[in-house]
Amino acid sequence: MIHLKETTLLYDGTFDGFLTCVFEVFNLKLYQVTIIRKSRFQQSLFGVTLEITSDSQKANRVWHGLKKKLSNKGNSRLYYAFLSENPGVENHLLRYIQYAFKNQSPIDSDFTNNDVLKVAQIAKSVGREKHRMEAFVRFRLSKDNIYFATIEPDFDVLPLITKHFKSRYADQKWIIYDLARNYGISYNLETVNIITLDFPTDFDPIKTTEAFFASEEIEFQTLWQDYFNSTNIPSRKNLKLHVQHIPKRYWKLLSEKQVSV
Amino acid sequence: MSFVRTQEKLKILADAAKYDVSCSSSGSKRNNANKGLGDATGMGICHSYTEDGRCVSLLKILLTNYCIFDCAYCVTRKSNDIKRAAFQVQEVVDLTINFYRRNYIEGLFLSSGIFKSADYTMERLVSIAKKLRLEENFNGYIHLKSIPGASDELMKEAGLYADRLSVNIEIPTKEGLAVLAPEKRREDFIKPMAKVKNEIIQYKSEMKIIKSTPKFAPAGQSTQMIIGASGESDQQIMWTSNYFYKKFNLKRVYYSGYIPISYDSRLPQIGTDVPMLRENRLYQTDWLMRFYGFEVEEILNNENQNLDLDVDPKLGWALRNLDQFPVNVNKADKRMLARVPGLGMKSVYKIIEARRFRMLNWEHIQRLGVALNRAKYFLECGTREYERRDLTAIQLKSLILQNSNSKYRTALGPQLNLFG
Repeated sequence: MIHLKETTLLYDGTFDGFLTCVFEVFNLKLYQVTIIRKSRFQQSLFGVTLEITSDSQKANRVWHGLKKKLSNKGNSRLYYAFLSENPGVENHLLRYIQYAFKNQSPIDSDFTNNDVLKVAQIAKSVGREKHRMEAFVRFRLSKDNIYFATIEPDFDVLPLITKHFKSRYADQKWIIYDLARNYGISYNLETVNIITLDFPTDFDPIKTTEAFFASEEIEFQTLWQDYFNSTNIPSRKNLKLHVQHIPKRYWKLLSEKQVSV
Repeated sequence: MSFVRTQEKLKILADAAKYDVSCSSSGSKRNNANKGLGDATGMGICHSYTEDGRCVSLLKILLTNYCIFDCAYCVTRKSNDIKRAAFQVQEVVDLTINFYRRNYIEGLFLSSGIFKSADYTMERLVSIAKKLRLEENFNGYIHLKSIPGASDELMKEAGLYADRLSVNIEIPTKEGLAVLAPEKRREDFIKPMAKVKNEIIQYKSEMKIIKSTPKFAPAGQSTQMIIGASGESDQQIMWTSNYFYKKFNLKRVYYSGYIPISYDSRLPQIGTDVPMLRENRLYQTDWLMRFYGFEVEEILNNENQNLDLDVDPKLGWALRNLDQFPVNVNKADKRMLARVPGLGMKSVYKIIEARRFRMLNWEHIQRLGVALNRAKYFLECGTREYERRDLTAIQLKSLILQNSNSKYRTALGPQLNLFG
């Protein structure tokens, strides 16, 4: 049986869910396909809409198949690009995967192919955001001795930065919380877990108040601001370069860019 | 730690340390094996950027700005009337650890004015690194300054705790050094550098036999030169730099445009512009030497003693060697592709990978992100579309300049601005 009609596959937004969709595309021999996460779907008039339930077995089969077809770099690009959550990225990824399965040797450096190039470019910008978060996370010591940081990254990079922070801050408890996606990662000196927090109504996660944070915290923020100002060379002022390196949307995360603590 | 006193010292000693350019935190191999604090593997991270656009990766401070020397180019010279301060060992340790725990920094860059003697100063620096490693279980990045004239034993100990060591040669020529820093001799800079180089080689070879050999300065050595303080030519700077890269296996040479800080008649006066464009061209040359396979003599020689300010050094070289172009995108080797103006190494690798699948045409190359406004005069794709006019170097240069926007246009622009 061959479906020639246009099909829309809906999934739950997880990577497993997406890979399950890919599995079904091959399984049901679908040709005209759009994959879209359920939360973004608006009823369409034409074609068939199928809701796909995440199935880790099916997802694993696709993933293992890809491992044989792509280099490590090609595979990680796929995952990075997925985490961009860009509208329509699923369809680039699907065509990328189909192209990979069609060929004997890895195609992940065929940059003349539109989808390969696009996936590489999106993966690159996700990689940049990951690196920015490794740089711009600012921990603040809370009253209960946890180093706490909030972020609002452009892409869903928490899964990508977990390892970096775990191996670096192995001897302190910490939480990095994504305010935009409302979940975080928490390290308890042994393992990193995914958490969701309900903040008290009087808690502003951006501000460092004495009610929630250790008293020395404010001193160290002051010292850090002083250091930041003293290490600047005014006669070389170059604000354009400054903003290029730290775009303004990140300033609210950075204690050194606040006027006063 | 008394907050107010530390705050005052931090302001003075960070301000005094800021003229040291190096802020690299990459290239080390110190992983967090003992569940301690910190991890210095792989790439460096710039945690912030100051308003001058420079990266903040390390806590860069002087241990003290008291100094027995009187080098004309230096803010902390003995005869300068400035506030002096000195950190205690514990203060530096506390600042480093607490900044690191908050993810402000990758580690510590500790330098110092020279008080009492070279060895006395070096000993203090080493003791701080030792305390961080052994007592605080710190695996972050430590960059220590090698104090000129320090003894071999101290340099050896320093290498066991630090990731990188550096000694600044400051003035590119011996003659310049004699004028601006008469108390210092180049031999004093070179001695610790040579010692560290030899130790690195020795530790590396021992590592091959005994795996548990401790690491010795795993991120290597670097140095820095001041540009535009002693009237030297670009050729003198880059040949000196090349000498140090080859002779001492340096990881980096930094070039620092001289920032006028005194009314000394031997130096450019206060109010003189920092030579930032020249500095940029020198860094470009440095990159060509280290990553693009150029020999320094190809770019700077007796006929061309200074770099063009209006075009980058690779384009400058290409314009002098037009007989080597155009280069075929689909056939040329890596070495020759790397010499095409407008092609960076990233583009070169992408081209080499992508052309295994099919012949590349102009559209492919453009979509890969190549700067075609420069590259198109030096490339061909095996098709009939390529630059056919027999342009002279001067014509080519003006064509390229017309079609590009340099961020330095205001610094270069000879033309008058009519409006404001």
